[in-house]
Amino acid sequence: MNRLTELFNQKKANLLNVYFTAGYPQLDSTVTIIRNLAEAGADLIEVGMPYSDPMADGETIQQSSMKALANGMTLDTLFKQLPLTRTYTDVPLVLMGYYNQVMQYGPERFVKAAKAAGVDGLILPDLPVFEYEREFRDIAERHDMQVTFLITPQTDEERIRKIGELSTGFIYVVSSSSITGKSGEITDGQKAYFARIAAMNLSQPKLIGFGISDAKSFRTACEYANGAIIGSAFIRALKDVDDVAAATRSFVRGIVAPTEVGV
Amino acid sequence: MTKNLQIDVDERGYYGRFGGAYIPEMLHPNIEQLKNTYREMTAGPAFKKEFDALLKDYVGRPSPLYFAKRLSAHYGTNIYLKREDLNHTGAHKINNTIGQILVAQRLGKKRIIAETGAGQHGVATATVCALVGLQCIVYMGEVDIARQAPNVARMRMLGAEVRPALSGSKTLKDATNEAIRDWINNPEDTHYIIGSVVGPHPYPDMVARFQSVISEEMKWQLQEKLGRDYPDAIVACVGGGSNAAGAFYHYLNDERVRLVAVEAAGLGVDSGESAATSVLGTEGIIHGSRTLLMQTEDGQVIEPYSISAGLDYPGIGPLHAFLIDSKRAEAISVTDEDALAAALFTARTEGIIPALETAHAFSALDQMEYGPDDVIVVCLSGRGDKDLAAFTTYLDGLGK
Repeated sequence: MNRLTELFNQKKANLLNVYFTAGYPQLDSTVTIIRNLAEAGADLIEVGMPYSDPMADGETIQQSSMKALANGMTLDTLFKQLPLTRTYTDVPLVLMGYYNQVMQYGPERFVKAAKAAGVDGLILPDLPVFEYEREFRDIAERHDMQVTFLITPQTDEERIRKIGELSTGFIYVVSSSSITGKSGEITDGQKAYFARIAAMNLSQPKLIGFGISDAKSFRTACEYANGAIIGSAFIRALKDVDDVAAATRSFVRGIVAPTEVGV
Repeated sequence: MTKNLQIDVDERGYYGRFGGAYIPEMLHPNIEQLKNTYREMTAGPAFKKEFDALLKDYVGRPSPLYFAKRLSAHYGTNIYLKREDLNHTGAHKINNTIGQILVAQRLGKKRIIAETGAGQHGVATATVCALVGLQCIVYMGEVDIARQAPNVARMRMLGAEVRPALSGSKTLKDATNEAIRDWINNPEDTHYIIGSVVGPHPYPDMVARFQSVISEEMKWQLQEKLGRDYPDAIVACVGGGSNAAGAFYHYLNDERVRLVAVEAAGLGVDSGESAATSVLGTEGIIHGSRTLLMQTEDGQVIEPYSISAGLDYPGIGPLHAFLIDSKRAEAISVTDEDALAAALFTARTEGIIPALETAHAFSALDQMEYGPDDVIVVCLSGRGDKDLAAFTTYLDGLGK
């Protein structure tokens, strides 16, 4: 069974999904980060495929992507690194990137290689529903690769239902109209939007992302969905650290068990 | 080539396999709204009346079609210049910004964003925003801000805020990324005026339609002058490709007319410092469109290079990708050095200082073959005032 399906069957609430950019801070940080995220309590992990032109991402992920590319990260390198994590953990892995990367690798070749490397799902924010159905859906379904779509505060109900039908993985609830990397309190307007989505009773699990940066915003998001996604805040926590493993563990503990963290 | 060419965009925004709208969900409502309304809106009589009146009285259209006598004598053929450089603000860019500002008003938008390379589109956007009283923010690569300083000053004078794009190569590609991010952050009150025939559907088609006034005028101007309404060839420079799209538009399906798209070779097509997308590019996705772009095997976009900020772009619009791929258009690439030489030659032969972008189109005449009776139209897309710093350096180097 797909590891994502297994996870969502077992755990329905407070799911923590942490994003990191593969190849950042060092080319070979991938295994260390995944292992320590999982051991410290992340329920699933989003592995960012660094891209030169990440149009939906803010400065933090742009910069980590540039660094990762400068470090020499490629898809082939990533597909060699990911299987090494399976010695330590069965945590579900979701790849996130831009469709041009998939297209250049060859969509079917990409999905096969990702699957062989232990990847369970994909998020391709610039592959919209129409293009997905036309050129990618068959391939993804044939190889049991779960695909997650995004919904935003501007997505109307009819389209949310359509996206719900197409999403084979979880639904990514974008918390506000923004690129990644904003932080701050979750507003009443956002809570109303989360409640509206929750009331739709979609069959897929929902994870809230974009602007979730700390224990407080994580807990608030979890009141309205099955869990939440943290990305830029974790990337910031890895900046200039000597011990990536320790920084990773301490970051996750700061989210899931903040009171236990010593200073 | 088939007799009945039917080159047009389909309802999903594809020219053959190029085009489409590869955009994040955050942009979906805006793109969907534009897609569903732009054709009907711009075809309406009230819109057309307002658009045509502004083009006539504000922009100064029709732009002349000028027989370049001395250039013609030099090349041994008949060269006509479509004088988009004489438009208000000095380039063809304003044809599109006039159209899009009317669209933005009808959509009830209060805030306008744009990207710019050479600054001509930024100036044209700042101009129409001042004209209708809307807030204007222009993203411009930090490198371009330095090399096109006169246009930055004009935008400031017109009340626009120029925001530097600091990522990547700090040029047009990166300014476009920043503008897209701004639109994601401000989906409700903002309209994004894209300056070229690039981006997600419906932009390539919408911009081409607004620029199509160039070839619409060419038809009757040629008829008046020559008694036939088509030339043998049209030559235009291509960064994203908006002046070329406008100059080709009404001749796309007329195979009597050679379409010549001139790209920037930078330091040379094989130098690693180039923007000749049709030679160096492969099929992929950039700025929401499936087209030809310069990229690595892993799909990372390669930073382009050209002395001309307006051509310094790693992709081309999907229409041009289709025209070149289907061999309907031919592509010629011109180096920095050759473009500078052509600018100087045009200035001293016709008394017209072209923009560096346009100078590439002039230089392409050296690489083309034609007969003494042929009629060649060069789209003189913009004037060179903004490039005087580069020209001065060039002249100093030549000791002229």
